[in-house]
Amino acid sequence: MATTVSVDRDVAPDTLPELSREEILRYSRHLILPDVGLEGQRRLKAARVLLVGAGGLGSPAALYLAAAGVGTLGLVDFDVVDVTNLQRQVLHGTADVGRPKLDSAADRLTDINPHVDLERFETRLTSANALDIIREFDLVVDGTDNFPTRYLVNDACVLAGRPNVYGSIFRFEGQASVFATTDGPCYRCLFREPPPPGLVPSCAEGGVLGVLPGLVGTIQATEAVKLILGIGEPLIGRLLLVDALRAQFRTLTLRRDPSCPACGTRELTTLIDYEEFCGLRGAAAEEVAAPVVRELTPREVADKVARGDDFDLIDVREPHEYAIARIAGARLIPLATLPERLDTLDPAREIVVHCKVGGRSARAVRALQAAGFRQVWNLAGGITRWSDDVDPSVPKY
Amino acid sequence: MPITIHLPNVLAKLADGQRTVEADGATVGAAVGEVSARFPALRPRLVDDAGNPYPFVTYYLNDEDIRFTGGFDALVRDGDEVTVVPAVAGG
Repeated sequence: MATTVSVDRDVAPDTLPELSREEILRYSRHLILPDVGLEGQRRLKAARVLLVGAGGLGSPAALYLAAAGVGTLGLVDFDVVDVTNLQRQVLHGTADVGRPKLDSAADRLTDINPHVDLERFETRLTSANALDIIREFDLVVDGTDNFPTRYLVNDACVLAGRPNVYGSIFRFEGQASVFATTDGPCYRCLFREPPPPGLVPSCAEGGVLGVLPGLVGTIQATEAVKLILGIGEPLIGRLLLVDALRAQFRTLTLRRDPSCPACGTRELTTLIDYEEFCGLRGAAAEEVAAPVVRELTPREVADKVARGDDFDLIDVREPHEYAIARIAGARLIPLATLPERLDTLDPAREIVVHCKVGGRSARAVRALQAAGFRQVWNLAGGITRWSDDVDPSVPKY
Repeated sequence: MPITIHLPNVLAKLADGQRTVEADGATVGAAVGEVSARFPALRPRLVDDAGNPYPFVTYYLNDEDIRFTGGFDALVRDGDEVTVVPAVAGG
């Protein structure tokens, strides 16, 4: 039996928008599907779907929802297209690098289907604007890339009563579900609290297989279409795990947690400070309290090399990153192996530590300081800034 | 009692590259503890300092979230499967 989702904007068939002759031809493969038909296609045309994020997950979701004839797509994104996005964010092309993602997305989606109305929100989704934006739509597709925004989208969907079509990816694995329906569980029922900052690397740090958001984002689009049409068995109360390496899909049962502060006890009645909830403000405060990490710019380190200064340059990245790009003379000691290799370093010598952009090397500097090393500096901006400021022949990745 | 624990790829490298590990124990917590003892690098990713599950790592016994079936005290039988599902945020 089909599970239907009650949304405030459910419309009676006789008030659904009509299709033009061109639309009837365009959607013919839908119209001849008994479970979609003319009424289903008119439901799609009446539907308003909000995509939060026009990146890896948002790209395939937006492309397919536009092609399917969803009448109104809202897009929330404030980023510009970067060349490193193109490996997976198929909404954008090489010519779009440097353009706002919403401009690029609008061009592509309008080309795919000029009948779709696009509503652009070139802003960060925040506790101040989320409810106002989300209430204007029937359902939300969560294509965000960080924990604070995921909890924000979840809570706003619960409070506004809008289904949250969830997808999340890392490296070779993904998760998908449908949260915040009338009776179903929400994201907080699955993960009550986020991990502490730094424990789970982002895709920028840990990498992601380019086709994986294609798989998961397309599942999100499928779920959104099913919810709009009221057909099939949506992923309500189920968590889909996608393992690209093993070509395995598993679904696990998800239950509404009666003690969930969002959808269970409903003690959460307003949106909160999600940066604080995710420990990001606390982490910033801790860093202030921690010993100061002294930095040298790439130019200053290059000057030391040119002067013939005697110092050790330590690269704390992983071996596969070292294989992509390296600074001449640097010695590789991956961060995780640093504690057991401290005795190979000489506390009497000056040490400069680097990684890709400076985060891991700052942790390494702190670890060295804690172990009694006094003459330790972090290379500001890592090998990426070294490539910008000193040696452009070092590839950026 | 031997059961199977399924790890996500990201944690497999902390268990000698294995995606599935056999574990012994009468409860989910005992089995997770046994695996944590065998792979010390894995332990802090599975349980907190007190040996309890984190709120951002969900454990499934077969297809059920253990928080609704007794948590780490949930009894396991031969052949049961425990799946570790950590929170990820990439998009």
